[in-house]
Amino acid sequence: MGNTTSTPLVFVDGFDAARPGLPGADLSWLKDIREAGIKRFNGLGLPTPKLENWKYTRLKSLEDTRFQPVTDEDGMAALDHVPSLLPDPGGRPRLVFVNGRMRPSFWIEGDLPSGVHLECLRDTLARDPDWAEAYLGRLTGDDHQALVQLNTAMMDTGFALRVDAGVVIEQPIEVVFIGGLTNRPVAYFPRNLIVLAAGAQATVVIHHVGMGIGAYFANTVTEIDIGEGARLNHYKVQAETRDATHLSTVHVNVAKDAAYEAFTLSIGGRLSRNEVSVRLEGEGARAGLNGAYLMRGSEHCDNTTVIEHLAPHTTCREIFKGVLDDQSRAVFQGKIIVRKEAQGTDGHQLCKTLLLSTGAEIDAKPELEIYADEVKCSHGATTGQIDETALFYLRSRGIPEAQARNLLVQSFVGEALDEISNEDVRHAFTDKVLHWLPAACFRSDEWRGK
Amino acid sequence: MSKKKAKKMLEIKNLHVSVDGTEILKGLDLSVNPGEMHAIMGPNGSGKSTLSHVIAGRDGYEITGGRIIFQGEDLTGMAPEVRAAKGIFLAFQYPVEIPGVANTTFLKEALNAIRRFKGEGELDAMQFVKMMRAKTKELGISDDMLKRAVNVGFSGGEKKRNEVLQMAVLNPTLAILDETDSGLDIDALKIVAEGVNKLRSPQRSMLIITHYQRLLDYIVPDKVHVLAHGKIQRTGGKELALELEEKGYAEFDEAAA
Ligand SMILES: Nc1ncnc2c1ncn2[C@@H]1O[C@H](COP(=O)(O)OP(=O)(O)OP(=O)(O)O)[C@@H](O)[C@H]1O
Ligand SMILES: [Mg+2]
Repeated sequence: MGNTTSTPLVFVDGFDAARPGLPGADLSWLKDIREAGIKRFNGLGLPTPKLENWKYTRLKSLEDTRFQPVTDEDGMAALDHVPSLLPDPGGRPRLVFVNGRMRPSFWIEGDLPSGVHLECLRDTLARDPDWAEAYLGRLTGDDHQALVQLNTAMMDTGFALRVDAGVVIEQPIEVVFIGGLTNRPVAYFPRNLIVLAAGAQATVVIHHVGMGIGAYFANTVTEIDIGEGARLNHYKVQAETRDATHLSTVHVNVAKDAAYEAFTLSIGGRLSRNEVSVRLEGEGARAGLNGAYLMRGSEHCDNTTVIEHLAPHTTCREIFKGVLDDQSRAVFQGKIIVRKEAQGTDGHQLCKTLLLSTGAEIDAKPELEIYADEVKCSHGATTGQIDETALFYLRSRGIPEAQARNLLVQSFVGEALDEISNEDVRHAFTDKVLHWLPAACFRSDEWRGK
Repeated sequence: MSKKKAKKMLEIKNLHVSVDGTEILKGLDLSVNPGEMHAIMGPNGSGKSTLSHVIAGRDGYEITGGRIIFQGEDLTGMAPEVRAAKGIFLAFQYPVEIPGVANTTFLKEALNAIRRFKGEGELDAMQFVKMMRAKTKELGISDDMLKRAVNVGFSGGEKKRNEVLQMAVLNPTLAILDETDSGLDIDALKIVAEGVNKLRSPQRSMLIITHYQRLLDYIVPDKVHVLAHGKIQRTGGKELALELEEKGYAEFDEAAA
């Protein structure tokens, strides 16, 4: 598909044409940051393996497809049901995006308490542009991340969640991004903002799911600001199609005594990367950054995390479990940085991968960078195969081999899933893992009995 | 399952087994009738666990000669789960920990897998709980141990009792107990022995691998075999265990030399 002499032109070319239809087209400050973003992206180009933290994930294939922006029509693609993660969405707030467009008919406002604003980015830009201006791009750090720059230029969808001080939302908020229902390769660029004021609490479940057969590229950026003593549970399932590329960048600020709990479950996507940077800025800030990836075929999944301890007595706990079958590939890069001020830091990181096939591969790079003297930090990465003794043990009790293997995979991933504090979500994610397994024989209600 | 009285429960003929090119069993013969309890004793590394694994069908052992016949059927090439369904049970010397899988879930899946294989209906949750309640009480197994992940954080003795519980639930025709008495305190030993004795029946046979004749005070064997250097070197009655306790295995060293 032709002209790829200068690397990122695919997206840059489409910028001018897409611009008038993008949300907030009439806001001059937004025009400026979009302009700056595309310029910067043009200068940087798509990340290449020459960059230190892109050594193991190649985006070359993105250049070979001429992705087109999505249209309102794409957003109206026929859809008979919304794949909900949580049982009975009844009164639970839910936002649904189809091919990158908000679908109002699937929107459930739910019983949100007052002091909570949940809407799509387009509405936020129209309703409260000053607030959006204050937050957009505030947490994305310097401008070295090309994918963030590209998103800033092209952001055409996404949501904003704002929770006022002290407001506690009991119900998990579900946000569904459905891709793949187009007949041509499309790209969409969700930009999400989650801002919790002091003492607020929320649980957000983000579900990226591919339903059709079309190739698509989702480039998402999420900025999260967690105020003093606030708590955010941020759960994500990435279940894209085998033809999808999913690149996600998350930036999180955690204030004094605030908590950020994240779990990213990756179970589908030809090429995916979940990059998360967490800044523990205030004393006593905590982060639980966990995930699991289950890949097969020739899928590639990259989890890259940076947790930066900037204040005393901050803690982090990070557990990633990977299961790789066939020729699939995964990357885990986990960096914990402890700045000089962050005395009394407690950090723990673990990445374990289970290889189900000799063709599968993992590149794991755990890293500690410590500048403070009084810290407790540990990290580790292991790679192994199904334990033959355990397999024999199960089979010797009459459990058929395929079922025994599933059980061991389930057991392996379970250690990470256990980190999910929200019980409904933990069950929903366990179900997702069970469905990933070949011909799973175990019924989830039994697992729940555990 | 056919249970003709005349049929041997287990007939092992001239069994040769190698692991990674090293021959461990070197022409082993063993014959067990229905209803019999046999003890196998022998020095460390003589191949007792190897024999038990091979009967249960573990991969990784090369059978270079001989045959294992279970109730008239040659076990060669049969998957472990099929052997289990046909009534073979092995209580492991080192029970395996399976994190994240509740003990009850494991037992129920195992039992129902075997029942499915036999064309019997699966037990529902109520029936299963009822059956378990009786068995756990007999073996002094707490509800907590059932809820916990399989063998995870169990003490040595708890793991062994859990093996006997599995045996009681799965109700095998041929049970092999590989050092189920090791690591048990005297009270636990009595409980386990009672559990085993309860399962004695004219249709069920047992192979008890042990280093201690003490166990045989509680579980009285019909025969005692000495396995050394890959073969059954001697077979006798209960008194052979007492003799071994006194003299050790020196005699069999010479026999092999
Ligand atoms: N996978 C293996 N690879 C190599 N050697 C093995 C393997 N498994 C067993 N062996 C060897 O086979 C021999 C018999 O081992 P086995 O475990 O059967 O002995 P045992 O009689 O059960 O001993 P113990 O009384 O200590 O339990 C030992 O020398 C052991 O080292
Ligand atoms: Mg042994």
